[in-house]
Amino acid sequence: MTTTGLHVVGRSVERSDRLGHVTGRTRYTADRTFPGMLHLKMVRSPAHHARVRGIDLAEAERVPGFVRAFTAADVPHNRYTILSLIGVEPEDELVLAEERVRFQGEAIVAIVAETEAAALEAVSKVRLDLEELPAVFDVEEALRPGAPIVTDWGTNTFMYEGHPCRRVRLGDVEAAFASADHIVEAVYRSSPIEHAPTETTGCIAVPEPDGRVSVYTNTQALYFSLDNTAIILQVPGNRLHFIGGTVGGGFGGKVDVIVEPIATLAAMRTGRPVRFVYSRAEEMLVSSTRSAWRIAIKDGVMADGRIVARQVTSYADSGAYSRQTPYALTKHAANAAGPYTIPNVAIDAYCVYTNRQPTSAMRGFGVTMASFAVEVQMDRVAERVGLDPWTVRFINAYHEGDLRPHRKRAEDVTLIETMQAAATLVGHELPAELRAMTSAPRPDGDGGPAR
Amino acid sequence: MTATIVAFRLGDRDVEVMVRPLATLQSVLREQLGYTATKEGCRQGGCGSCTVLVDGEPMASCLLPVEDVAGHRVATLETLTPPEGLSPIQEAFVDAHAFQCGYCTPGMIAVATALLDRDPVPTDAAIAEALAGNLCRCTGYRPILDAVRLAATRRAGGREDGR
Amino acid sequence: MTRLRGIGVAAVNYPTGMNLGGDPSQALIHATTSGSFVVSLSSTDLGQGLRTVIGQIAAETLGVPYEEIVVDLGDTDEGPHCMGTFASRATHRVGNAVMAAAREAREAILDVAAEELEASPDDLETDGEGGLRVRGVPDRSVRIADIAALAQFKYGRTISGRGSYMKPKSPVDPETGAMDPDSTEAHACTVAEVEVDTETGQVAVLSIRSAYEIGRMVNPALVRSQIEGGAWMGMSHALYETTAPYYPSMDHRPRDFSEYLMPGPLELAEVVESVVLEIPSSNGPYGVKGIGEMTANSPIPAIVNAVYHATGVRIDDLPITPEKILRGLDALAAAPGEPER
Repeated sequence: MTTTGLHVVGRSVERSDRLGHVTGRTRYTADRTFPGMLHLKMVRSPAHHARVRGIDLAEAERVPGFVRAFTAADVPHNRYTILSLIGVEPEDELVLAEERVRFQGEAIVAIVAETEAAALEAVSKVRLDLEELPAVFDVEEALRPGAPIVTDWGTNTFMYEGHPCRRVRLGDVEAAFASADHIVEAVYRSSPIEHAPTETTGCIAVPEPDGRVSVYTNTQALYFSLDNTAIILQVPGNRLHFIGGTVGGGFGGKVDVIVEPIATLAAMRTGRPVRFVYSRAEEMLVSSTRSAWRIAIKDGVMADGRIVARQVTSYADSGAYSRQTPYALTKHAANAAGPYTIPNVAIDAYCVYTNRQPTSAMRGFGVTMASFAVEVQMDRVAERVGLDPWTVRFINAYHEGDLRPHRKRAEDVTLIETMQAAATLVGHELPAELRAMTSAPRPDGDGGPAR
Repeated sequence: MTATIVAFRLGDRDVEVMVRPLATLQSVLREQLGYTATKEGCRQGGCGSCTVLVDGEPMASCLLPVEDVAGHRVATLETLTPPEGLSPIQEAFVDAHAFQCGYCTPGMIAVATALLDRDPVPTDAAIAEALAGNLCRCTGYRPILDAVRLAATRRAGGREDGR
Repeated sequence: MTRLRGIGVAAVNYPTGMNLGGDPSQALIHATTSGSFVVSLSSTDLGQGLRTVIGQIAAETLGVPYEEIVVDLGDTDEGPHCMGTFASRATHRVGNAVMAAAREAREAILDVAAEELEASPDDLETDGEGGLRVRGVPDRSVRIADIAALAQFKYGRTISGRGSYMKPKSPVDPETGAMDPDSTEAHACTVAEVEVDTETGQVAVLSIRSAYEIGRMVNPALVRSQIEGGAWMGMSHALYETTAPYYPSMDHRPRDFSEYLMPGPLELAEVVESVVLEIPSSNGPYGVKGIGEMTANSPIPAIVNAVYHATGVRIDDLPITPEKILRGLDALAAAPGEPER
């Protein structure tokens, strides 16, 4: 028995999947094959923003090996419901485009054929009649009057109960700015990032003899995918059996339920297994990315380094559709002021639509770029007041029980101890007063910053 | 398009496959022969997950027409794995925690095998060079480099079998 | 040509769980007659090793060796509902559900063993190695494997358990943003050292050294794997990756790995080092907080701050590229000593 009294937790036991991974016997989604399996390839919009005037399948249907094409009319409930399943509305994205496409790469026609080559050839022979529309590609441009509107609801922002952004308000930042010794402001920008898992997104839908469909998928969320697929196909959930659990890298990129509904529909309508696996180009150009962010931070700072006010205005480029991004702005707002106790905080976090590749969850969703912006800002603050970067972080660090900007009392707080451990690790000698600090609740209990 | 018959040696077996022209070795291995250890990551030669050994040399099977291996020896992770247990390189990968999702591992082991056969005591720089064409998104590479170094140390004086 | 060195620090928190909660996970456990235990889940393993840590949590709670656990995940017919693996939720939520199921199964074991050993369940203890005995009376003992068989064939009872864990969904006030978004906070502090080549603009990362506080390490080797992989991904985000090199331009978007740049074995940070603190959370299994996402987060600003320290060039626009560094150095040379805004 260890000092913790635990036998197994805390030990570096060998991974249970080590043998499969190191012999190549682990079965990933696309390693499976089924007799009579068909291949699904997608006809995608070449235009960034366009009205769909017509789709001509005549030439495609004549390709040897062509089996079937699916358009919007074939999809029973032609809307992705991933957000409505977690209580966020509206459902804005279609499984297959109807009268308008909003990003280059948007799915319009699903082609199913006997071989991958036949499917690709048939895709290339589908004639699209598109009337191009003006497009917007910049997150702030999309908010200007006169910008092309990407959404169905008249503005390029997601609405949070009547507000165009997720709001956090604590105290009075304007009053605090007025009495601050310094104002430190900057704008931080980040790029869209691709998950780039080594295994691309994919699934194989297999009709079973009892009328159910087994869907082998590398989704990160099996029931989430099953529930969405059931709604889109308008079938009871118990007709579907989702099987997976072995994912060749996820990083948040395999939670969009983007391949299962159409592949399952195709399997049901053809009576045959249907394989839909993204190519690397689809994974790069079409599948979700991390949003590009623009985060403006304005701090009111006292001469002794205390941050008395922090105003954050953030714009996340959701691309053409919501996917998970509206949820991310709420998570972002809960973390955008950083792990610091600041008595006056105002956060406006906007989910903005452009005609770009839709964005969605990625490792650190909503928080990674908040941390980037806040931690570069802390160095700016330090420089302005003439303190070293460690001291300004210790002075402003939150404590157990402090009031967070979103009005939750902070729990399980260990920032100070973590910073002390890092200083020790790198051999940086902290001054005595910082070495003596702890995350313990403040004696006055009012959640104010340390003196 | 006329199909042709291609014969090559896969591990310790002789195989014959009927293929359409320019079918890649990757597709033949995975789809016709059921050897799915060799993975598909990009089909553009950019990620290394499809790496196999042809006459002991690492090659991107996604870019290799199968006709090109007619009469040659092909090794995949299946053929590099002993019937029971693990090879020294595989054991080193386990001990060095050199994988997480495991998808890049077959390609990494193929490259490591070729390296250690050619250069049994490689420098760290040589190990990094050899693996520079294999993408890993999970581990940060260092554990994989450690595994190859560990395998080299353990193999010193021994011969690899299973090819 | 000059090489300039700099050091940067960054300190972050990371919240555990799907934001606002309402993300349940459930688990079922049953014993087989040979004394192994099957944990049934519909959860997914992304490579981080969820199968393994769940097995460890189940073994610990049941009081049996790790080798007796079979984790059967990834099937919606066999495993009850799980929201999925994301938001650093899996070890925390699935772990809690498995603990609850294991506790119920353990009670069933103790009830049968109590009858068999003619003792009260409260007087029994497990030794963590598959044995069960009356406390203080080592020769009144039995193997758990035998209890499983006895339960089925002598007593006609199941040894099984059910568990569920959900943080109730929190509302959000639309005016103030008042909300309860997360279950607990993990923390990290990274110190990065870089060397910048002023002729080429290239940045070499000399070291990424971090302290992590994550509540409890279920499997230290798997935690180190996340730290190493995350340090690499953070460096990659800071210095390489973009799908829009000239945002908002739609030109030059990468289609493949020759265009989407990430550091390879020849571009690694020379040193990646870490220390892990364990200050148990109030609500995670064995105090777990979770680590899956946060490991890329603190390296990014630490590297950005280090580049500024090295060169005086503040780059607020990721990724840092040689072009941005060289332009920044040119701007500094043209207007030396201008105060930072």
